[in-house]
Amino acid sequence: MAALSDQLLVATILAYLAAMIAHATEYAFGHRSVVGRAATRVPQLAAVGGGAPPAPESTPDHPPVPATAGSGGGSAGGGAPAGSGAIPAAQAERWAGHAAVLATVLGALAHLGVLVTRGLAAGRMPWGNMYEFAVAITFVGVVAWLVTLARRPELRHLGLFVALADVLLLGATGMTAYTEAKPLVPALQSAWYLVHVSSIIVASGLLLLGVVPAAMYLIRDGYEAGRRSFPYSLGARVPAAAALERLTFRLHAFAFPLWTFAVAAGAIWAESAWGRYWGWDPKETWAFISWVVYAGYLHARATPYVRRRTAAWIAVIGFATMLFNLYGVNLFFDGLHSYADAD
Amino acid sequence: MTAFLRNSWRQLTSMRTALVLLFLLAVAAVPGSVLPQKGVKVEDVEAYARAHPDLAPWVDRLWGFEVFTSPWFAAIYLLLFTSLVGCILPRARAHWRAVWARPPAVPRNLDRLPQHAAPADAAGDAAAAAAAAAARLRRGRWRVAARAEGEGAWGVSAEKGHLKETGNLLFHTALIAVLLGVAVGSWYGWSGNRLVVAGPDYAFCNTVQQYDEFTAGPRVDPAALPPFCIELTDFHARFLPSGQPAAFRARVAVDGDGRPRREVPVAVNNPLRLDGANAYLLGHGFAPVLRYTDRFGRAQTTAVPFLPVDDLSTGEGAAKFPDANVDPRTGARDPRLQVAFEGLFLPTVPDAPPFTRSAFPEERAPGVLLWAYRGNLGEDAGIPGSVYRLDQAAVAAGALKQVGEPKLLRRGETWTLDDRTTVEFLGTRRWVTVSVRHDPGQVPVLAGVAVVLVGLTGSLFGRRRRVFLRFTPAAGGGCQVRAGGLPRTDYPGFADEFSQVVAGAVGAPAQVRDRGGTD
Ligand code: HEM
Repeated sequence: MAALSDQLLVATILAYLAAMIAHATEYAFGHRSVVGRAATRVPQLAAVGGGAPPAPESTPDHPPVPATAGSGGGSAGGGAPAGSGAIPAAQAERWAGHAAVLATVLGALAHLGVLVTRGLAAGRMPWGNMYEFAVAITFVGVVAWLVTLARRPELRHLGLFVALADVLLLGATGMTAYTEAKPLVPALQSAWYLVHVSSIIVASGLLLLGVVPAAMYLIRDGYEAGRRSFPYSLGARVPAAAALERLTFRLHAFAFPLWTFAVAAGAIWAESAWGRYWGWDPKETWAFISWVVYAGYLHARATPYVRRRTAAWIAVIGFATMLFNLYGVNLFFDGLHSYADAD
Repeated sequence: MTAFLRNSWRQLTSMRTALVLLFLLAVAAVPGSVLPQKGVKVEDVEAYARAHPDLAPWVDRLWGFEVFTSPWFAAIYLLLFTSLVGCILPRARAHWRAVWARPPAVPRNLDRLPQHAAPADAAGDAAAAAAAAAARLRRGRWRVAARAEGEGAWGVSAEKGHLKETGNLLFHTALIAVLLGVAVGSWYGWSGNRLVVAGPDYAFCNTVQQYDEFTAGPRVDPAALPPFCIELTDFHARFLPSGQPAAFRARVAVDGDGRPRREVPVAVNNPLRLDGANAYLLGHGFAPVLRYTDRFGRAQTTAVPFLPVDDLSTGEGAAKFPDANVDPRTGARDPRLQVAFEGLFLPTVPDAPPFTRSAFPEERAPGVLLWAYRGNLGEDAGIPGSVYRLDQAAVAAGALKQVGEPKLLRRGETWTLDDRTTVEFLGTRRWVTVSVRHDPGQVPVLAGVAVVLVGLTGSLFGRRRRVFLRFTPAAGGGCQVRAGGLPRTDYPGFADEFSQVVAGAVGAPAQVRDRGGTD
């Protein structure tokens, strides 16, 4: 069972890799005119510079693309006319887009399989050490992403970055933190531990997902301001900045109370396991740091004179502190958290 | 001067200052995770000081080893909380007023609002239609004001979502409660650690002198700790074949607290909760029981806790017999004839040497590897040394000399030294370390955090919004209806809610002008 779990992890990474490639293909086949229009508020038809006729199905039910509605990516790839007149390109784009989503779904199923088989192998919930923890967090991130995608299909282009983040995190976890499946040590045998870790996983997964639109917003915002050099050039194919920014906020607004709850549950558990609810163990310290940084993000977002770019940067920093807590603290400091043993 | 003060206050309570202080607080916490902290593990601080003899005094002078109790950390959070109070008070006042005020009058031009609609005309006169709409809105838990606007027209203003600001104020106030709870805990809380060997002869009572380590807040009277005594009656550790721990369970007997003696289980996640203190199980180990019989045939038996040095319960410790070889007839003691043993305890002695590391953490084939010493233990000077090691200075100075080669003793075996005295390994007892703590801030902090969560949810998910209706007498009887809506916060779904609310208020589906005039 444990071996099956490990093979499924490889399958999961490969599936996300495939999703990444498909998203990148979609990206590459994309036609600039769609984006140009979205960015500059020029109605769709007027921008068909190449003189190609618009794809027949696109004209009637696709009004001019508003700059804000988050439809910069075109709806499902098929609705937009081909800027260069190359219909096959549009088709390739659509197929790539569908393939990417399909690969993500398959990856998520395999990902779930990794967790389930792990849990069966160890005879407990599959989050007893850093390896399982990271696998579970990325799973939540992917599921939250698929939910978002089902509700807002126009965000699909963000999938490239979601898949990229998943491949990197899962790969890094598999290589640096792999642990044999085994039962929990006594300190972790507590109901509050289950509550704590499962809510941390969900909150971290949401924050992991939340950093994607935050980073893309920073890129897209620069793109809309006319920058075309490297990171900003990525902004060409993603939804409008305002939509990204709003998505960033909603994900964080959802994740922050959950994260607060998760940390509080951890404190309750720490009280019964170690006799104190808070002791500035390195992991606790970094949880505190992340909490304060995210509180700073929500403040900055709520303050009219703080620029949205500044707020988004705070969200990115917040995520950096979360990552550091997940990997850096486990590897560099020795604390009480026993799942921190990465060997 | 007052202008300066007022200005400083305004600066301090501004949102920008709050942001800067929050950021500072996060940055200030970083050294607390990078540098070893006295409050977390003193041993690490000592190791750091040995490794960096030049740097450590400076770090210490800047409170680097106690970041979270340092003046500069306190300065940041106290400023932040002052700013918070300065922020909450005016907002609470404004909110109080807003909650009791009537919703504002209907704006003149409803078409300028983010949402607007022109539902079908209503029957009857404007006053009656407005009253009916107001009643329906109230039923939907809107706060409603209906006003006559002159020339027979009526305006209905409805407002919802004060919960958001209520939640926000509740949340920020609860943060202060949490801080106060932490403060109460550090002033009135105390904690003591103690190693307890199993058996009635090693029971201990809750007094400062009986703890190996004791710390208390400035407001604690160390003479007035709640009375109780604890005896370890049983300890059981279970391990998986891989050597990973599976379960630790202790049983302790409690008495002396005014209730009858009773035995209760204690485990890692299941502390002993007593009146005025809790006892937590932290560590555990073995105490080999050794019997030393001296030149006069007098035997002394002691159970010496050996401290675990690895995950396989290999223990390290020392048994000292300062009263050995005292002539029972004359009472004369020769300080050069004191005896001590230093050694390793192995719960499972491996099949082959070296016998320096246990093969399994459970007691399957116990053995102690002992080094014998004779001479002056160097403890008569009144300087208490570590109970777990011999005085290395005495060994180095030659006052304490090793006797013979180290020897492995299995349970029941006896080692006869060169002077015909004997040491016997009789067996083991278990020991546990317990932390006994009292933190009166714990419950207030927990309650504060619960309110923080409730307030936070209200604050983040509450949505303040207004809906306005205007009823103007129409030329052909009945009245014309115009509606407008204003979300006061980021609220993507407002358009849907608006059309539903308007439809509900005027008693007809909204925006169906073409069906007009039918009701
Ligand atoms: C102890 C440190 C503080 C923490 C952890 C904290 C945390 C938060 C959080 C998480 C929010 C988001 C909730 C929401 O968006 O409604 C928030 C909102 C807010 N905070 Fe704080 N806060 C702190 C101190 C302050 C201070 C000092 C001020 C005043 C200067 C302040 C003023 C506000 C205001 C006005 C909002 C509401 C923003 C809005 O309109 O939505 N906070 N705070």
